[in-house]
Amino acid sequence: MDALPYTTTARPDTGLTSPKLGIWLFLASEVMLFGSLFSAYVLLRTGAPFWPDQSETLNVPLAALNTVILISSSVTMVLAWAAAAAGNLSRYRLFMGLTLLGGALFLVVKAIEYSDKFSHGLYPSTNNFLAIYFTMTGLHAIHVIAGMVVNAYLLGVTRMWREDHLRFTNRVEIAGIYWHFVDVVWIFLFPVLYLL
Amino acid sequence: MSEPVATAHAVNVRGYLSVFATLLVLTLVTVGVASLDLTEGMTVLVAVSIATFKAGLVALFFMHLKGEKPMVFWSLGLTGVLLVTLFAFVLWTEGDHLLGTKVGDAFGTAPAQTEPVSPKPQGGGGH
Amino acid sequence: MFFRHLFSTDHKVIGLLYGFTSLFFLLVGFVLVVIMRWQLAYPGRTPWIAPEMYNGLGALHGTIMVFLGVVPLAVGAFGNYVVPLQIGAPDMAFPRINLASYWFYAVGGIIMLASFFAPGGAPMSGWTSYPPLANFAPSGQTFWLFGMLCLIFSSLLGALNFITTIIQLRAPGLTWFRLPFFVWAQFITAFLLLLAFPALQAAAVLQGMDRIAGTSFFLPSGLVVSGERVGVAGDGNVLLWQHLFWFLGHPEVYVLVLPAMGIIAEVITTNIRKPLWGYRLMVYALFVLGFLSFIVWAHHMFLTGMGTTISAFFQATTMIISIPSVIILSALILALYGGSIRFNTPMLFALAFMPMFGLGGLTGLPLGLAATDIPLHDTNYVVGHFHYLVAPGTIFALFAGIYHWFPKITGRFMNETLGKIHFAGSLVAMNLIFFPMLIQGLTGVNRRLWDGGASYQFAEPVLFLNTTMSHAAFLLGFFQLFFIVNLFVSLRSGRTATANPWEATTLEWATPTPPIPHGNFAQPPRAYRDPYEYSVPGARTDFLPQNVADERAGT
Repeated sequence: MDALPYTTTARPDTGLTSPKLGIWLFLASEVMLFGSLFSAYVLLRTGAPFWPDQSETLNVPLAALNTVILISSSVTMVLAWAAAAAGNLSRYRLFMGLTLLGGALFLVVKAIEYSDKFSHGLYPSTNNFLAIYFTMTGLHAIHVIAGMVVNAYLLGVTRMWREDHLRFTNRVEIAGIYWHFVDVVWIFLFPVLYLL
Repeated sequence: MSEPVATAHAVNVRGYLSVFATLLVLTLVTVGVASLDLTEGMTVLVAVSIATFKAGLVALFFMHLKGEKPMVFWSLGLTGVLLVTLFAFVLWTEGDHLLGTKVGDAFGTAPAQTEPVSPKPQGGGGH
Repeated sequence: MFFRHLFSTDHKVIGLLYGFTSLFFLLVGFVLVVIMRWQLAYPGRTPWIAPEMYNGLGALHGTIMVFLGVVPLAVGAFGNYVVPLQIGAPDMAFPRINLASYWFYAVGGIIMLASFFAPGGAPMSGWTSYPPLANFAPSGQTFWLFGMLCLIFSSLLGALNFITTIIQLRAPGLTWFRLPFFVWAQFITAFLLLLAFPALQAAAVLQGMDRIAGTSFFLPSGLVVSGERVGVAGDGNVLLWQHLFWFLGHPEVYVLVLPAMGIIAEVITTNIRKPLWGYRLMVYALFVLGFLSFIVWAHHMFLTGMGTTISAFFQATTMIISIPSVIILSALILALYGGSIRFNTPMLFALAFMPMFGLGGLTGLPLGLAATDIPLHDTNYVVGHFHYLVAPGTIFALFAGIYHWFPKITGRFMNETLGKIHFAGSLVAMNLIFFPMLIQGLTGVNRRLWDGGASYQFAEPVLFLNTTMSHAAFLLGFFQLFFIVNLFVSLRSGRTATANPWEATTLEWATPTPPIPHGNFAQPPRAYRDPYEYSVPGARTDFLPQNVADERAGT
């Protein structure tokens, strides 16, 4: 079964490996998913007679901190891939560990934000702004968790590192592309939900 | 232990770090601009432009979209077109309801029996 | 042994799992509608069918038929089994994702079935689940949403797998314009699934939040239900759901149609011994069809009172999208001219597909124009229209596919006599069901009435048709018995088939029969020619398989 062609080597006429193409197609559907939610946001906001001041309602410094955390975990992810490509296992483990740590910190900050809202009696049902805020950031958090599961697997299970190093490196790259996408979504969520 | 691997994309650690620095600076700029007293349209424009630029940097360098193969661009291009379609037509259709602007009537296709244009937006369009 | 198959990563086993599961769901969906037709034929004489239950049957009939029956059979089963064979690949590009896709589908199906037993009963807001009705429906609706999310995820995994497989795993020599039409159809279909379904995913998440977290994405301010003001924040937009739903919903129509056209093209070329007429034109038409299907969705929403310009835009795109459909159908009909036609069971289904599908398409034209859609909206005319497309259209194509590829899958033919009875009976019964719907609809009978219109005086002259349609539905069920018996009996004792029993040209017939588990081909195939080289002058046989290098060699 592992004899399937083009899992690690690129098909000559497309220049792509299958997993590379697969992850981009998956992300294409993710773009449509978050895009649909953004269109819902715009429609609800333009149709609302009253829209709360977003930056007053939410905690901008915490969200800015989260942006920095997620961008940092993105750069450690790409450095982990670079270390894997260079065959440096200890550096790979360091950067992959940092990436996971970044994801965990992001979730902790998010949890603090959520509980702060709840303690002030602000729930998804309070108004449509909070509704879309909780829905979009919640869905994003689920994506963060999914990415962390994949990254943790790649950190823990390194048998393939020895047996099929090229394939392992490619997996790290694929996981990285997904992880950076999660970052990209947040890059849009931050200004749209907190600043505008 | 393992041999270095030849990959499709050149590893450029220094490049990644400079992208990282740019992203951090742009994050600060976004927060800073939002606190200025610009018009609403201007704030939106600036914030969305910066976000798009940041997302572009992440995609091009971290996700290796720079130098990626045509098949990926075709797929993402199609996705982009459909996303714009979704936004445009949902907002156009509902814009008629919500703002009462009758966006389309600007093109001179309004039926003849409409009342004289009043300066106040009227709710509801169409039938 | 059995459990090993449930978790096999071989695309053929997964295809068969999809096939049997979706046939089961088609049967369930059919039984539901038979119960509905019973009620419609004898309103008041079936006290056990309460109006709420009738609504539940209607909602689940639609959902099950579309999302659990027809699409999984057309894409999950036929796509999975046939596409890798036709492109000469050893498997799908991601075998484990393929298996995961099946299991998300199966779990989604179980959740949908479980909704029957949810407190308060099955979802009863129609297969479209329009709010605000769906927001206040009993808990079955929440099951519907979770089931839908599983099915969407399954479709997304399947779609990215199909696209990658077709791009990456084509055999050497199999260039884009040597791909069989069926592969092209699946390719475009996969893009529709990949890029349209996320809109419903988002919508389902929003409706789930409305129902569980008490948000009001789809609820306007000051909404009054059963005389009481609803205690939600308000300011939501009910039409947002319709936009997101139909952004999926309309491409979904083409997800139902395109694989069917693909199957028909395969069956027809094999049985007329002639190349497909206008192959390239048909492929280009597929592209146009696929793209346009994303910008016609608001023709489902003419009644929402949209502006005249945007309405004109959607009417125009709706009229334009009929052009590529007509091109494909015309090309298929023109292909028959001068052919040496074999009238076997798959071909009969394929031949019936064309006028039936044509009727479905033509009855759709008045629904694409606002002026005629407004009186016809939500009448039985609409039901008749889309059933002509899907039932004697797509489902006939699926039957054709089953009869056509059964010898490859099992090594045995299905019985021709039983097959022809099945065909003739189904054709007559389906027309007796769906044509009267058009008549009732033109009279103005609404499509969702528990008593079939008995309480409306204007419906009086066409009420008798309810009995006709119901009896025809029972008859349709009876003729399906011939198919079910045929399927199981032929599995055991059908006439044995060789590797290429129909003397066809595409690569799936170059495998041994049945194809080798995990790998398909004895040697990796290579394609030397176009997909449908039948009756080539100078060749020794009347067919030249794609993997044959020398023209004069024949087989």
